[in-house]
Amino acid sequence: MTRWLSKNLIRIYAALAFIYLFIPVAYTMAFSFNDSGKRNLIWQGFTFKNWLNPCGAPEVCTALGNSIKIGFLATLFSTILGTMIAFALGRYSFRGRNTTNLLIFLPMATPEIVLGASLLAMFLNLGINPGFWTTVIAHVMFCISFVVVTVKARIASLDPKLEEAARDLYATEWQTFRRVTLPLVAPGIAAAALLAFSLSFDDFIITNFNSGTVNTFPKFVWVSSARGVPAQANVIGSAMFLIALAIVISAQIYSSAKARRLQKKH
Amino acid sequence: MAFAHAGTATASKPGRAGMRIPYLLLLPGLLWLLLFFVLPLINLAETSTKTPIAGGETGAYEQTFRLQNYVDAFSENSAQFSRSFIYALLATVLALAISYPLAYAIAFKSGKYKNILLVLVIAPFFTSFLLRTIAWKQILGEEGPVISILRTFHLIGADTSITATALAVITGMTYNFLPFMTLPIYASLERIDPRLMEASGDLYANGLTTFRRVTFPLSMPGVVAGTLLTFIPAAGDYVNAQILGNPTTKMIGNVIDSRFFRIVDYPTAAALSFTLMAAILILITVYIRRAGTDELI
Amino acid sequence: MANHPDAAKTGDLKLSSITKSFGDFLAVDDLDLVIPKGSFFALLGPSGCGKTTTLRMIAGLEEPTSGKIYLGDTDLTDTKSYRRPVNTVFQNYALFPHLTIFENVAFGLRRRGIKEVKESVEKVLALVELAHLRDRKPTQLSGGQQQRIAVARAIVNRPALLLLDEPLGALDLKLRRQMQIELKWIQTEVGITFVHVTHDQEEAMTMADTIAVMNEGRIEQLGSPADLYENPKTAFVANFLGQSNFIKGTVESTSGADQFVNLQGTRIAIPAARNSSTHKSLLVGIRPEKFRIHNVGDATTGNKLEGGVVTDISFVGVSTQYQVEMPWKQELMIFEQNDGGAPNLRKGDAVTLSWEPHFTFALDGDEDVKSGLAGVDGE
Repeated sequence: MTRWLSKNLIRIYAALAFIYLFIPVAYTMAFSFNDSGKRNLIWQGFTFKNWLNPCGAPEVCTALGNSIKIGFLATLFSTILGTMIAFALGRYSFRGRNTTNLLIFLPMATPEIVLGASLLAMFLNLGINPGFWTTVIAHVMFCISFVVVTVKARIASLDPKLEEAARDLYATEWQTFRRVTLPLVAPGIAAAALLAFSLSFDDFIITNFNSGTVNTFPKFVWVSSARGVPAQANVIGSAMFLIALAIVISAQIYSSAKARRLQKKH
Repeated sequence: MAFAHAGTATASKPGRAGMRIPYLLLLPGLLWLLLFFVLPLINLAETSTKTPIAGGETGAYEQTFRLQNYVDAFSENSAQFSRSFIYALLATVLALAISYPLAYAIAFKSGKYKNILLVLVIAPFFTSFLLRTIAWKQILGEEGPVISILRTFHLIGADTSITATALAVITGMTYNFLPFMTLPIYASLERIDPRLMEASGDLYANGLTTFRRVTFPLSMPGVVAGTLLTFIPAAGDYVNAQILGNPTTKMIGNVIDSRFFRIVDYPTAAALSFTLMAAILILITVYIRRAGTDELI
Repeated sequence: MANHPDAAKTGDLKLSSITKSFGDFLAVDDLDLVIPKGSFFALLGPSGCGKTTTLRMIAGLEEPTSGKIYLGDTDLTDTKSYRRPVNTVFQNYALFPHLTIFENVAFGLRRRGIKEVKESVEKVLALVELAHLRDRKPTQLSGGQQQRIAVARAIVNRPALLLLDEPLGALDLKLRRQMQIELKWIQTEVGITFVHVTHDQEEAMTMADTIAVMNEGRIEQLGSPADLYENPKTAFVANFLGQSNFIKGTVESTSGADQFVNLQGTRIAIPAARNSSTHKSLLVGIRPEKFRIHNVGDATTGNKLEGGVVTDISFVGVSTQYQVEMPWKQELMIFEQNDGGAPNLRKGDAVTLSWEPHFTFALDGDEDVKSGLAGVDGE
């Protein structure tokens, strides 16, 4: 018994850590089925009605829509800009490299509240009213660094011999990029885009400073938390969780099934 | 990696067009950071030494280069400052204590379930962190299950509560930044060649010595990255303190937030922001030097 | 061949005073080299000798600091890599992991806009006997299979020149032997000039018809494998290709085609043609397998050295290796075939050594006898 315990201690520890990680998720999900009134604090009984009518609470779907729109635009811009920087850093030697690295690192080392406050102060100084686009601008700003780091890691793990092989096999610089480099870096770019979207979608602090009267999903949750978050917010949070999990797991199954199929063929 | 750069750089002809390419790639992104990260910081620095216009309305300030603003801001809020750093430090240590064994188990003990477990570490992320923090508030709250269980078994008195305490704030921060700690540690553990650990065992090191002398030192880059990714947002956080804390657990983030939005005291908010940023940057620099992982930046 | 954009640009490959430096480091030092069309040519040398840099300059992946590269009469020096009728089999193969085997092989043809891709690819896959793997990804292939695909991907383009950068380095010994024979066969089959870079002397000798031994950015000696082995011109070449015994001696006299050398007190004969030095003091080289070992007093032919004592014997199957200490305190290495020709010896026995004069080679007396030794085992 003691031997079994000492052998599996770390597994038990990991299992406990996972339970800790999932308690609030489970709680959020459970309360998405709560037949509550406006205050979703105490269990009142099981119902599907929140799931059937996720926009039931006022504002919640407007806020969600804004979050998705902002997340999409922030992901698009930050992925493009960040990938370009990552390629410059990963594939060229140039003067100003260290300065660039520092400029990429600093936003990640700056607390969100400083990023948010400084940007808002500047917008106010310039007489710009914060709103939808200032939020997009802010999100792109803090997502760029994470995109650069993610894509750069992928580029660094690429064997430069593959690009040499392409050039050796009659591919011009552009064809080499298009046919070899880009497809090989693509998983890194996809991961960076996913990261950027989740950072943007879940951001509260910077958004709270720079969005003016535009509501986002985290802002909605924050504001309503004083009175009790409506169950519809739990529905949306749970749905996001389930959708993301489904995407990741089906991608996993697809790739392993594909590998197995190829193995079987011969 | 530097070598790879040199190799490819010499391979592509360093003609005039070739020299321009990296700068063209950098330009839009760096311009964005310059306009919306560097310029706001400069503007913030400028704001931080302003003083209210005598007799002016709220929110009207003029530049007087008053450095005393910093001294005032710090001395008025030193309690919140130290609380921010202590809470962030505790949350970082706790997160490390939870994450390291977790990352170790995923990297070395999970067999074919490795990928699924990794997904599970990231999965809670997809539920809004505010929702999860509010969930903690309700779980730990007066009407929540934890308190009622503890009270039923008379483990705590009827008037003891968990919510609205420093403990709740630190628990929440630990929880929220856990994946930031786990993933980098996992990544650096994953890269370790298992033969190194076998070699250590072969050279008469027991399990613990192997861990102390081989595994842990090799995972240092991940530990450094993880602790930074946890500590930095934790030190600037005010959401956990707001939702899970009480007025005596306010952190510097709460002060900056309220100076900005409620009191409209931009100079103090700016001075506080700068002091916080400077303190964090100094800590990071010292920490990275001490840990010997300069290449991280 | 007709489809190739540079079909006309064939002929011998000429490197003319090629120099390449990386900062202060001189990788290739004023190199002149002609590689005849259709030959199997090996660049052999220890790591860092400049052989890979030379190969990369031929491929166009590295620019020479100075000098010219010609293929036939065409100057290729400033031609971009993707315009050269040259293909490379990379070390560790560099197969594109995101493409199938078929698409890997078709890559070069597609870039050149050639129509009959399918036909050509299938033909070359049949040549390397891997047609059944066409839909797999490179990671699903064994090392030997990846190696053959790398060759197929290059030769399908019918280049004027095929460059092989340590192509067999990642394979185990048995597979390496098999691939050596296979590559040699492919070369005769397709008739393309092969330039092969390797640090493995046995591999170079097995495969190439001409070997250039490189050291510190220069060519030490160029010739056929047998020529390099039997008549090395420097201690580096002698040591890098096989093992040698070096004994110090001085030239006494020359008569016609023969030279007489005082070898530590014994007068021996060597063919003058096998002395690459003009100095009086020499290093006389004798390969271990050229020595014959005798009991004292037995009849011998050719040159003879007396007064040896056996200090070590090791049996290695096909041969037995003896270490013999000579009166001047030098240990010599002797290999004898286990064909009953050698006497039964034990440690401490006194012996006489003999060898035929034409198996001797002589170098400058001031050559470094240890030169090239480190490169034999090292990567």
